[in-house]
Amino acid sequence: MILRRILIANRGEIAIRILRTCRALGIEAVIAVSDADRASAPARLADSVIRLGPAAAADSYLSVDAVLAAAVAAGADAIHPGYGFLSENPALARACQAAGIVFIGPTPSQLEAVGDKLTARRHATAAGLPVAEGGEVAEPGQAAVLAAAIGYPVLVKAVGGGGGRGLRPVFRPAELAATVELAMAEAAAAFGDPRVYLERYLPSGRHIEVQLLGDGHTVIHLGDRDCSVQRRYQKLIEEAPAPFLRCGLRDSIRHAAVAFGEHLQYRGAGTVEFLVDAERDAFYFLEMNARIQVEHPVTEAVTGLDLVAEQLWLAEGNELRIAQRDVQLAGHAIECRINAEDWADGFRPSPGTVTRAVFPAGPAIRVDTHVQSGSTVPPYYDSLLAKLIVTGRDRAEAVDVLRTAVARSQIDGVATTLGLHEKLTANAEFCAGAVDTTFLDRLLQPEAASGGRYG
Amino acid sequence: MDLTSDDVRDILQLLDGLPYRELTLETASFRLSLRRDADGAWTQSMQVLAEPNVLPSATDGAVTDGAVAAARSTAAGAAAPSAPAAAGESVPVDGLVEVRAPLLGTFYRAPRPGAPPFVTLGSEVAPDTVVCIIETMKLMNSVTAGVGGTVAEILLDNAQFAAQGAVLMRVREQR
Repeated sequence: MILRRILIANRGEIAIRILRTCRALGIEAVIAVSDADRASAPARLADSVIRLGPAAAADSYLSVDAVLAAAVAAGADAIHPGYGFLSENPALARACQAAGIVFIGPTPSQLEAVGDKLTARRHATAAGLPVAEGGEVAEPGQAAVLAAAIGYPVLVKAVGGGGGRGLRPVFRPAELAATVELAMAEAAAAFGDPRVYLERYLPSGRHIEVQLLGDGHTVIHLGDRDCSVQRRYQKLIEEAPAPFLRCGLRDSIRHAAVAFGEHLQYRGAGTVEFLVDAERDAFYFLEMNARIQVEHPVTEAVTGLDLVAEQLWLAEGNELRIAQRDVQLAGHAIECRINAEDWADGFRPSPGTVTRAVFPAGPAIRVDTHVQSGSTVPPYYDSLLAKLIVTGRDRAEAVDVLRTAVARSQIDGVATTLGLHEKLTANAEFCAGAVDTTFLDRLLQPEAASGGRYG
Repeated sequence: MDLTSDDVRDILQLLDGLPYRELTLETASFRLSLRRDADGAWTQSMQVLAEPNVLPSATDGAVTDGAVAAARSTAAGAAAPSAPAAAGESVPVDGLVEVRAPLLGTFYRAPRPGAPPFVTLGSEVAPDTVVCIIETMKLMNSVTAGVGGTVAEILLDNAQFAAQGAVLMRVREQR
C-alpha cells in the first residue's frame, strides 16, 4: 500500500526529522502533541496537529490508547513512533494491526523477541553470535552462584530494560545481593517486569553497533557506528564508521549483525549493539534496538541514504531497494548531542525557556533540532535539544569541523552540554580516536581515575 | 513551508560569492538569519512562525476551555513557574526546617506507584533520609531531609508539579 497520511507519535528533534522526509516524499504529516508541546516547532511545521493528552508522558506519548485514538481521529494510515516512548512497544504494534493502521517498525513478535533482553540473548546464541557469559537470576542467592561462575565484575541488567537503562555493575561479592534486590525493585517500577539477569562486565570495552535494514527476507547492513563516548550508559557522541577497528574484526561484527537480523527475518530499520574488546579481538552481543536511533544521521552522512525514507518504503510492504553491494561508505561523520543539562553540575537537568539559539551552518554541517529562540524545554521529557552532525573526508577533518561547529553554537536560557563538547573536541585522547566507554568518566573525574577505575 | 538544511546550504553557496555578511529572510511561516563571522564561517538562526493547524481530537469532547487554559498555564509554568509555585509557597515557621525542591519537576512521595510513601506525617528522619523524589526530564532525583527530626508538614500532593526551590515539606528539627 502507499502511505498518504502519517501520524508522528513523538516530539522534539525526531518529530521534525520524520516530518522532513514526509515532506520530501509528498506524504501528509500529522503530529500528535501533548499539552506541553502545542506551540512547539514540530507542531508549527507539521501539516496538522492533534492533541494526545496532558503533559505527563504516561497520559500522552506513552499511552497506547491515546496514540491509537489520535491516529484514527486524524485519519492516518500509518504511525511513525520515532525513538523512545512507544517505538518498541508490541502492544501499540498489535493495536495498529487490529485497527488496520501501519506501524512503521518491525512486526509485534520481532519487537517482543528483542524487547525481552533474555529472549534476545537466546536468539543471539541461536543465530551464532557471541554473548557475554551470564543468565537469569530469580533470587539473590542464585545470583551469588552464577556471579562466582562468571567472575567479577558482573553487570545486573533488567530483562525489560534497554537503551542503557536498568544496568548496575557489581564489583565485589558482598555488594551483589543488595544490588540484585534493588535492581529487581527498580525494574518492576520502571519496566513493569522485575526480572533481572547477570552478565560478565567488561568495564573498558568499546560500544560498536551495526545499522540494519530488512524487508522480512533479506537483511543488509549500512556499516557500523562507534558510540563509546557515554556517561551512565547514555551516548553523547557517535561516529561512523567506528575508527581504528581491525578489518577482520569489523567484518565479523557486521556479519554477526546481519546473521541476527536474518535469524529474526527482520523487517524495517534496526540496530544491533555490541561490546567490543579490541585488545582481545573479541565482541559480544548487547541488544537490538528495533527502531530508528538518535544517532542514525551519521550513517546517513556516510551512506548518502535517508533512513526514514527507507523505513517508510519498507512499511509500505516493499522489498529492499538497495542491495548490499550498493551500500558505499564514504568519509567520516560525527554527531554530538546537545542536551539541556548542566554538565559541570553532575549533568543536572535544565528545563526552561531558550532565549537564543544560534547554530553553525555550512556544507559539512547538519543540525537536527527542535529548538529556536523562545522554545520551551519542558521538564516532562528527555533533555535532547539538538544534534550537530559533521562530516569530513576522514576522521581528523570531521573532528576539526566539529570543533568549530561547537564553538559557533550558542544556546542561552538553559544550561547545555556545549561546554563539554568544547572540552571533548580539544581532548587529545578523543582526537586520537577509538576511546572506550570509560573515557568520558575519566575525563570528567581525573582524580577518581588515578585512584582506580572504580573510584 | 519551511527550509531544509539543503536549502540553507544552497543559499550559503549563493552568498559565498557575494559581498554580504548577513541575510535575513522572512516569510509568513519562518524567519531565517544567516551571519558570516570574521573568519568566513556561517551561523544560522531559524524561527518557525506558522501557527499550528489543530485538528479536532478524539478527546476534544472532554476538554473544556478551562482544561485547555489549565494546560496552557502548566506549559507556561514549565518556563516560569508561578501557579505551581504557590502550592509550595514559603512561610517560615519557628522550629521547622523546610525541605525544598532542588530543581523543578514532579513531586513523588513513593519510590513507585503503589509503594508505601518514603515518609508520612510524624515520620522520624535523619539528615540523609530520603523523603521524596523530584522527577525532571526522566531523571529521578532523591530529596533528603537535610536535618534530623520529625516530618511536620507535607505541602504538595503526590504527582504535583513543584517549582525549583518550592517548599515540599517541613521537618521539626530535633535539638
